[in-house]
Amino acid sequence: MIDLPTQRDAVAGPSGAPASAASTPSPYAAPSAGSGSPVESPAGAPAENLARGPVESHAAGPTPRSRARRRRAWLAAARLAVVAALLALWQLGVGAKVVDPFFWGEPQGVWATMYGWFTEGTSQGSLADQIIITLEEAVLGFLIGAVLGVVLGIALGRVQLLSELFAPFLKAANSIPRIILGSIFTVAFGFGMQSKVLLAVVLVFFGVFFNAFQGAREVDRNLIANARLLGASRWRVTRDVVLPSAFTWILASLHISFGFALIGALVGEILGANQGLGLLIRSSQNNFDMNGVLAGMVLVAVVALTAEGLITLLERRLLRWRPPQTHGGAAVE
Amino acid sequence: MAAIELRNVTKKFATADGGTYTAIQDLSLTVEDGQFCAVVGPTGCGKSTTLTLVSGLERPSRGEALIDGVPVRGIETSTGFVFQQDAVFPWKTVLDNVAAGPLYRGQRRSEALGLARDWLRRVGLGGFEDRYPHQLSGGMRKRVALAQSLINQPRILLMDEPFSALDVQTRAIMSTELLHLWDQTRPSVVFVTHDLEEAIALADKVVVLKAGPGTVKAEFEIDLPRPRVVQEIRFDPRFTRLYEQIWEALRTEVAEAYARTTRLAEVAS
Ligand SMILES: Nc1ncnc2c1ncn2[C@@H]1O[C@H](COP(=O)(O)OP(=O)(O)OP(=O)(O)O)[C@@H](O)[C@H]1O
Ligand SMILES: [Mg+2]
Repeated sequence: MIDLPTQRDAVAGPSGAPASAASTPSPYAAPSAGSGSPVESPAGAPAENLARGPVESHAAGPTPRSRARRRRAWLAAARLAVVAALLALWQLGVGAKVVDPFFWGEPQGVWATMYGWFTEGTSQGSLADQIIITLEEAVLGFLIGAVLGVVLGIALGRVQLLSELFAPFLKAANSIPRIILGSIFTVAFGFGMQSKVLLAVVLVFFGVFFNAFQGAREVDRNLIANARLLGASRWRVTRDVVLPSAFTWILASLHISFGFALIGALVGEILGANQGLGLLIRSSQNNFDMNGVLAGMVLVAVVALTAEGLITLLERRLLRWRPPQTHGGAAVE
Repeated sequence: MAAIELRNVTKKFATADGGTYTAIQDLSLTVEDGQFCAVVGPTGCGKSTTLTLVSGLERPSRGEALIDGVPVRGIETSTGFVFQQDAVFPWKTVLDNVAAGPLYRGQRRSEALGLARDWLRRVGLGGFEDRYPHQLSGGMRKRVALAQSLINQPRILLMDEPFSALDVQTRAIMSTELLHLWDQTRPSVVFVTHDLEEAIALADKVVVLKAGPGTVKAEFEIDLPRPRVVQEIRFDPRFTRLYEQIWEALRTEVAEAYARTTRLAEVAS
């Protein structure tokens, strides 16, 4: 058994590196770490995650549906009000010359920049193209990294010899700060998509790998014995028992991983690119255009939150077999 | 030729401090073809270990386990195993759980599912096909486990305290059901239990193991007539006589095992 190095994140989100899923003792605890997704929206994301628990348990409780709905609407309105108040305060601060818009930007400016990007396009071409490029890099990196991580993690978790053979290499590779790899990739593969995808792959791979590995190790031995006695081949056991049972772990890491993939793509673009949201942010920075930087940040947050939502949907679909985490959950519906 | 034979098997486990622990020692046991054999013994005496040796999940340290006269080498897929702990697949529906065996053995999906539906009806779970295990009661899950092994029509059925998690009434009902199912294909059964009444009510032969390291202390033929109704047979005077005999043999072992664990606890404290 090789001991698992905790994941070291060379590239951390604005809120610092999220808790590594690999070091989380229980797979069930890990999804909540997803709320510390590397790219957090400046506005509502953390607050929403704080509120989600009580809202759900409330909806599942005996209270009539309409009341739960009214409560939800009220919460949404209150959140909106908080955001509006903060933005207004910021704008007022700029007006009163307390906040310097040169360093901190201003909401109106951010809005104007974004509106301009939408209607007239950016200096690098249409906004949609930039978003699509970045998304493409992130999604590709995410898919390749996740598949590699799952396959290798399960393989090493299942085959003792493989894990004994490769554990030191993986530990060594994991200890390399990823940002350095970003520089190497940019030099080696140029300003095109390749270097960004590669960086995203590397960022995604280790988190998924260590989770898949641990998941494959933690499979209930009785279940494996049962499958073997029922006539399953070793390959069938891997596919039918190890993979689904490791899936709780793997999905937990996927939540965080899309954020990493996005970071990989953005950092890659900032290090050197012809296109993409990262470059947009970078060139705004070079022009001392804080509003541009912030507008780019908002766009990234929207992308990240949308992806997070999609992964949650996928998780619900794939983990239907699991008992509900909050009591009563499914029974009411 | 005996369906199951254990010839002087010893099983040692490596312990954490580098030594070995002898779970069973020099244990010999035969089960004839179609015989229902119950194994009783104090906790920790090696009952579960004995079953893993027959199924090939573990290899004996000494001695030999044979099935139909052939030494057990690898995992023995001709045996059905109902585990002491829950071992149904939580991510499969009830139907897919039961169909797993035939699918693993290369049957076509449609056939396997048809067969699984049939077996679910037989264990009284028709209509629960699409549920997941966590949506069932403990007793229902045990029935899924039972159908999951029986669907392969094993010639040898190993059951490790299959009903111990159930309440007394459900247990009696399921025991009768089990006898009924057993009667249809007559596999050779090794049924491990703590419950002496259950053992006598079900079995043709009751084997009493000694407190660990496990070895056979005594065997008793149960000549009660079949078919039996588990709920009623305990009122038979012959049942009472057998119970007294076997309990006499078992009692000292249980006392011994209990004394040993309490002694250990005292040493530890
Ligand atoms: N894998 C193992 N490693 C070390 N010791 C083991 C292992 N499996 C079983 N043992 C030991 O062997 C002894 C017999 O275990 P076993 O599970 O066969 O008991 P049992 O008779 O089934 O008990 P119970 O009735 O409580 O289920 C126990 O003392 C147990 O601690
Ligand atoms: Mg046991």
